[in-house]
Amino acid sequence: MAEQSLRNFTINFGPQHPAAHGVLRLVLELDGEVVERVDPHIGLLHRGTEKLIEHKTYLQNIGYFDRLDYVAPMNQEHAFCLAAERLLAIPVPRRAQLIRVLYCEIGRLLSHLLNVTTQAMDVGALTPPLWGFEEREKLMVFYERASGSRMHAKYFRIGGVHQDLPEKLIDDIEAFCDPFLKVCDDLEELLTDNRIFKQRNVDIGVVKLADAWAWGFSGVMVRGSGAAWDLRKSQPYECYDEMEFDIPIGKNGDCYDRYCIRMEEMRQSVRIMRQCIDKLRLPDGKGPVMYQDNKIVPPRRGEMKRSMEALIHHFKLYTEGFHVPAGEVYAAVEAPKGEFGVYLVADGTNKPYRCKIRAPSFPHLQAMHAMCRGHMLADVAAILGSIDIVFGEVDR
Amino acid sequence: MDETLKELGETIVAALGGAVSAYKVAFGQLTLDARADDLIKVMTFLRDDPRCQFVSFIDGCAVDWPAREKRFDVVYHLLSPKLNRRVRVKVETDEATPVPSVVPVYSGADWFEREAYDLYGVLFVGHPDMRRILTDYGFEGYPLRKDFPLTGFVEVRWDDEVKRVVYNPVRLSQEFRNFDFLSPWEGTDYALPGDEKAKRSE
Repeated sequence: MAEQSLRNFTINFGPQHPAAHGVLRLVLELDGEVVERVDPHIGLLHRGTEKLIEHKTYLQNIGYFDRLDYVAPMNQEHAFCLAAERLLAIPVPRRAQLIRVLYCEIGRLLSHLLNVTTQAMDVGALTPPLWGFEEREKLMVFYERASGSRMHAKYFRIGGVHQDLPEKLIDDIEAFCDPFLKVCDDLEELLTDNRIFKQRNVDIGVVKLADAWAWGFSGVMVRGSGAAWDLRKSQPYECYDEMEFDIPIGKNGDCYDRYCIRMEEMRQSVRIMRQCIDKLRLPDGKGPVMYQDNKIVPPRRGEMKRSMEALIHHFKLYTEGFHVPAGEVYAAVEAPKGEFGVYLVADGTNKPYRCKIRAPSFPHLQAMHAMCRGHMLADVAAILGSIDIVFGEVDR
Repeated sequence: MDETLKELGETIVAALGGAVSAYKVAFGQLTLDARADDLIKVMTFLRDDPRCQFVSFIDGCAVDWPAREKRFDVVYHLLSPKLNRRVRVKVETDEATPVPSVVPVYSGADWFEREAYDLYGVLFVGHPDMRRILTDYGFEGYPLRKDFPLTGFVEVRWDDEVKRVVYNPVRLSQEFRNFDFLSPWEGTDYALPGDEKAKRSE
């Protein structure tokens, strides 16, 4: 019999593919239906954010961070604000800290809701995204009521948050909490014990803990592999050390564990939100929401209309901006997708000299080959869904 | 916190001899200046030594200082989840001298080094797959270098006649405006433009 030449089959997955969660191009080498090699091509959404940041003042730069992980914008702003605040050595007032934590947890809900439900959609369930997006819409209204914008909020500022929350908004967020837990239960009822969902996720994309660390994984990806590692607990920032919450961890490091962790984290987030709301109502939770120094923080608009001093400060801060003392600092926050870090090098001028954005999805995506090899083609979509990538922050 | 970091810095400098030339603690963070040739040795020590245990690779990037003779800093951030500490390792290099790749030590360094190569042109030796990563296929130049203009050199558009995307030299309808905002807040110690004559008459 004549010798047959066997050739692996190479296909393009994306850049326009609904399960690619954005503009990802995967070059897959298949042997039958088994994946031999995965080569992710990224950069299709590259906007040169880091270059732009070097040309803008610190205040102008906050807006770029909303556009990284656009699923949970405020968590990104938070890292940049923390970095700049550390260089400036300015404290954040307590009320601002509470508001920041409150909105970071809302961001976590936004991100996990999107991820859990679209992952379910990737493996064949259509109802979860419909239910999840309804809740996301409510959360985005909370974003809008605080900042004026549903997504690109630019609400966290260096030294605090831009504006105080109205009482009614705090009441409404509180009213949101309980019904939301019910929605979580409903979603779990659809997915957690669902036979198809389990078949598609259990034992898929298993990551060993040692590998997870070496690959630079963080967040849910290491917790899924069994490490009780959460920056909110281990290196607390803002007022997370006062909050009571648990860190769910997985045992097997597969896609299913990561799903379960995200579901539990949403409940824990609601728990933190409740504590924030209670603390915001206490007497020591009242007060200013911005650091009180007009050399860094612009004066209130009303004040600007009457006081000459305030007008000058306003003009200077919105043209020149403030100067940040020279130095370098790395600030990280526990974003919904993992450790989001900002490595900020300041040279004493009004613009960052270098700002490296350490996006959690970037190292997660680079391990696609290691995670997918030997799996079936259909599992690629499940794994991609469970590592929770957003291209805004991968490509920057 | 700073004391323990100083101790750790002393330990590392003592253990590695000349490979780590200096350490610095600033803003509660430890920075090690390493020699580029010994980078693998330093990283392996940091990962495996029981006093360090920096098993997690957090970040790798380049910083451009064009005025310096060795213009690039390659900066690595590592994390020790066991000891709950972070460290920053810095090596210096220039456009022509390659840095040893740390992918054999930390597999996660792969894309970070590709990115540093793509955006800054820092060369890494021993990297398994050195390709550009973020920029367009066929891109020329290193966009994050300080001497690369913000607007770039080429712009793309869809050409309906040839039915493909074509590259043209960038043409700005309005010149790129880069204001000099670097006046100090309280008075100036240099002559403002237009004030030169006032000084002379004194």
